[in-house]
Amino acid sequence: MAGLLDFLKSPVAAIQDFYILSGRALRNVFRAPHYADDIAIQMDVIGVGSLPIVILTGFFSGLVITMQMSRALSQYGAVGQVGQIVALTLVRELGPVLTALLVAGRNASGIASELGSMKVTEQIDAMRALGTDPIQKLVTPRMIATCAMLPMLTIVADFVGMCGGYIIAYLTLGLTTSEYWNTAYQSLEYNDIVQGLLKPFVFAFIISLVGCFYGLRTSGGTQGVGRATTQAVVVASVWVFVLTSLLTRIFVNLH
Amino acid sequence: MPDAALPAGTESLLRFENVGVRFDDVTALQNISFDLHGGETRVVLGAAGSGKTTLLKAAIGLIRVDSGRVYLLGHDITNMQENQLLDLRSQVGVLFQEGGLFDSITVAENVAYPLVNRRVHAMPLNEVDTKVQEALRFVELEHTLEQYPSELSGGMRRRVGIARAVVSEPPLVLYDSPTAGLDPITANTIMALIAKERDFQNTANLIVTQRYQDGQLMANFRYNRSSGNLEPVSRNGAGNRAGSNPTHTIFMVMKEGQLAFEGNQAELEASRDPYISKFVPKYS
Repeated sequence: MAGLLDFLKSPVAAIQDFYILSGRALRNVFRAPHYADDIAIQMDVIGVGSLPIVILTGFFSGLVITMQMSRALSQYGAVGQVGQIVALTLVRELGPVLTALLVAGRNASGIASELGSMKVTEQIDAMRALGTDPIQKLVTPRMIATCAMLPMLTIVADFVGMCGGYIIAYLTLGLTTSEYWNTAYQSLEYNDIVQGLLKPFVFAFIISLVGCFYGLRTSGGTQGVGRATTQAVVVASVWVFVLTSLLTRIFVNLH
Repeated sequence: MPDAALPAGTESLLRFENVGVRFDDVTALQNISFDLHGGETRVVLGAAGSGKTTLLKAAIGLIRVDSGRVYLLGHDITNMQENQLLDLRSQVGVLFQEGGLFDSITVAENVAYPLVNRRVHAMPLNEVDTKVQEALRFVELEHTLEQYPSELSGGMRRRVGIARAVVSEPPLVLYDSPTAGLDPITANTIMALIAKERDFQNTANLIVTQRYQDGQLMANFRYNRSSGNLEPVSRNGAGNRAGSNPTHTIFMVMKEGQLAFEGNQAELEASRDPYISKFVPKYS
């Protein structure tokens, strides 16, 4: 019976711990000291470091959407509208989600393994003993950096994706440059831009905090670090899907 | 046995009052009381698992006590909030087991860490460089500034740890097993550095260790500034050497979370308790 109770209690306790960590990380944004150097380093790691993979993935997803959609649209004789479809799909959904998944795979894992290694080698305790708050020094800079960088990466992915779509539209579908870009540009409304930028901002919180949360909870040596890393990526990715469903639901209703 | 009296008005830097710590069903510390004054050195001996490291962590609030009270630098930290504790901790030097260095930053950045990252009165960068070089010169490692901790030997890492612990010139330094896992020669070098630091800055020390020799060195040697060497404090022969206590060194022996002994070296050596006497090597 006690075992069952513990089994039921542990996820609730984990959620509670996650809330406490998130609360402290957010509160520290408005509290001195601010570790600007750490924020800049993390922006470089998360933003600049993720740029090549985000460009590559964005480009190919734009390419693929255009190829797939042109087939469907040709049945209605509407191949000319392919720019609109690519723009909407990328800006509203695929851009934010794909970029977030890439950053979750790349950085939630990186954060979890770095903080996890520090935890198991008692460097987190050393930090506390030297009078620095590990949340202020480690979690808050990563959260700020991810929140600043993920929307920008998403914009890059959206744009590169549309360029990929343009190449297919121009070379194989016979569309002119202005045809493609005009339909793409005109289809986007204020609502699309807002949800396209709000989503990565929300995902950034989850990705960075989940990475930090599992990192700081690490126990059980190097094996524990591996476990924390895997859990961070899985949980962050699942949350990206859950949140995008919720946010899309809200924005679809608003429209 | 007359101890050399501490200067009048020496304040208590660390005080434990009936402290108890439990981890689930295991008692880690029970009814521990002592008072560490300025200029005093306390050497905590004990077998592995006797609660030595727990005692050290409880002293700076890394572990919260379940009963009793802990006073650090005159402040009651028993129920103190982590935020306030951080500021207080930055005024105390700590050497962790194995050094506790941050492995992804250089030696110089490690030593600068307490100066750059403290929450109040962060030091200007040009002053930090001078301080870091001074601290590394003190432990004779000024040539390792740009190296990473993983490139250093175990003894060197420990010395960098000492440099980091004392760089902000704290009135109290806590050492967690400074000589654990080191060969006797390196261990002696480390203890000599700790004694040198004590006599240079007149710091109070809490040294947790398994080796009696560490405490013996602290109790009987003093750093001579003019000769630059450690010298025995009394030359009256072995029989008389521990009669007085000019280095203000007090030994404590931990046994299963309790304080089994507290007194000076002569009292420790005179103890007939089988557990306590195991820590004192018998010289023929």
